[in-house]
Amino acid sequence: MRGTAAIALAIQLLLLASWPQAQGTAPGTPLTLLSRDGRRPIPTIVLSGQELVALDDVAALFQVAVREDTLAGGLTITYRGRTIVVSTDQPMASVSGRVVALPSPAVRSGNRWYVPIDFLPRALGPIYDTRIDLRRPSRLLIVGDLRVPRITARVDMPGPPTHATIEITPTSPVVVTTDAGRVIVRIEADALDPALPAGGGGLIDAIRAGDQPLTIAVLLNERAGAARAVPADSGGVTRVTIDVSPVLPPNETAAAPPPVAAPPAAGTPAPAPPLFSASRPALQTIVIDPGHGGDDVGARGARGAEEKTLTLEVARRLRALIEMRLGVRVVLTRQEDRAVTLDERASIANNSKADLFLSLHLNTSLGGSVSGAEVYYARLDREGEDARRAAEDEGVALPVLGGTMRSIDVIQWDLAQARHVEASEVLAGILERDLRAQVAMSPRPRHEAPLRVLTGVNMPAALIEMGYLSNANQERQAQTEAYQSSVAQAIFNSIVEFRSYLESQRTR
Amino acid sequence: MKRRTYLQIGAGLVVLALLAWGVSRGLERLATQPESSAAADAPSVPGASVPRITATLYYGSEDGQSLVAVRREVPLAEGVVPQGREILGMQLQPAPSPFVSVVPEGTMLRAFYITERGDAFVDLSPEASSRHPGGSSTELLTVYAIVNAVTANLPTIQRVQILIDGREADTLAGHVDLRRPLQQDLSFVREPKVE
Repeated sequence: MRGTAAIALAIQLLLLASWPQAQGTAPGTPLTLLSRDGRRPIPTIVLSGQELVALDDVAALFQVAVREDTLAGGLTITYRGRTIVVSTDQPMASVSGRVVALPSPAVRSGNRWYVPIDFLPRALGPIYDTRIDLRRPSRLLIVGDLRVPRITARVDMPGPPTHATIEITPTSPVVVTTDAGRVIVRIEADALDPALPAGGGGLIDAIRAGDQPLTIAVLLNERAGAARAVPADSGGVTRVTIDVSPVLPPNETAAAPPPVAAPPAAGTPAPAPPLFSASRPALQTIVIDPGHGGDDVGARGARGAEEKTLTLEVARRLRALIEMRLGVRVVLTRQEDRAVTLDERASIANNSKADLFLSLHLNTSLGGSVSGAEVYYARLDREGEDARRAAEDEGVALPVLGGTMRSIDVIQWDLAQARHVEASEVLAGILERDLRAQVAMSPRPRHEAPLRVLTGVNMPAALIEMGYLSNANQERQAQTEAYQSSVAQAIFNSIVEFRSYLESQRTR
Repeated sequence: MKRRTYLQIGAGLVVLALLAWGVSRGLERLATQPESSAAADAPSVPGASVPRITATLYYGSEDGQSLVAVRREVPLAEGVVPQGREILGMQLQPAPSPFVSVVPEGTMLRAFYITERGDAFVDLSPEASSRHPGGSSTELLTVYAIVNAVTANLPTIQRVQILIDGREADTLAGHVDLRRPLQQDLSFVREPKVE
């Protein structure tokens, strides 16, 4: 009698323990369905350690028909004439006659049938119209051919300087910018699948999803100084390597020349070469001129795209690229939508003592079919040649500190470009080649012409027409992030190449 | 006797002067006759009796990408400046099919004159700038259609400066420098075509 009571109690305890499991529990993070229509949560339950999804939810989400099939001994799921039979007693399904293993059989709970979430990519995926991809770590169910790169990040060396890496798989175009103590990596994709570290290290407080969609933010702490981020593609992965230097003490400045090192003692290794050359770099300041602005809209496309807006957008992208990856000072002739006269633009470049001037524009044609980018450099006709000869012949010697004299070429201010026409022609050739590698060029890709904004700048200069707003396709294209980034990348590559040219001219 | 001799000499001089005038007029007519007959064949040109010359004018190609040199009949005028006005007047008119006008519609010639240095000044009405669609390419075509039309037909002129509404202008639409006289540039021109 006592034995019977003990067995009954044990059965009751077992039933009590198994009751919540039979009902299923909700997982900690819901599964998210990601498609061209957006995101939506998919309710799931965990039963006997398996994450399951209700078949009636699957029917509603994927427009499939579900019915119990006693003859087949399971459940039949039909989609556009294609059939899946899921077993209720074996962990398997028959997909159009082919057997697919599942982690568990279909389970009934209450009045609903559940299948393991792996059913979606393994069984439904092969008969569905578009790809179904289950990303378990990020709990994403991707439906359709979406670009959803996996993002991982790590602090490789806390330092300082701190070294970190963000990896994007598969390779994706990225744009890196800095914004008030943060490095922002914008990734060109439909969505991101991030697996980011909980904390940071060294001068980095955290690496986390950015406030804007499709961005990853690297948060720097108050001890952080300059940050440099360089993206590179290799082996199907885009790696953004980030180097953060500490803030320099107030008595040190970046421009200070390195101290003269004593000759190394015999037997000691030679010191590493200094990071910065004591002489002035060949390329220290670049002026980027976003064409038009304010009341001067510039060219306008049939769909309403305005030249003044697009030139500013590309100028900002280019500035971010140069500052982050070259560490060169960049001055924009206008930071916002305002009118700037052509003389003011030249004056900003000359007063900034810029080493390079790049004016950004968009073109029009009287025929709608013409498209492609073009590069212009200055031609100054007879006056320009006269001005250059006069500058060479009529140099002025001025006294300078220390009692010596310095020879200065005096050139007509509005023909200052006369001294740089050869270098500008080289620059235009480099730009044409690098642009051609990134975007389509017009049938007349390079011109020499008397362009007003170029004539008064006292440095190598070029004007880039990034495309034709009079062409409907190009108008649409010019407004996309991808096209603007490609143009900015091409110009950036040209700047790097032109810097080498300037350095080679110095050594001659 | 003396008086009769004077009268005979006078009459002879008058006859010689009349003959010289007649010969010069006849030669002039002979020189201009071919243009007149050619112009008569062109249905688009009114006033066929007016002496004409064939001038090379510049219009946009069908795709708007370059200039095309087109030979057209324009009225003959006495002197370089009046002839320049006639050429520019025709250049500013709508382009013959299938070409496109690179000068904005409604642009008028306000004045045309030549300096002692041989530079021509072409003064255009404000529509040349205010109605311009912009873009470096189109602006270059507009400017060089004018500059080339003057320099190609009036060989004594080497350079052309464009004025807008009687004043020096920086540019037409923000690109091409108009502050100085410009030389002929045929790099924007495709092969010539006879109308």
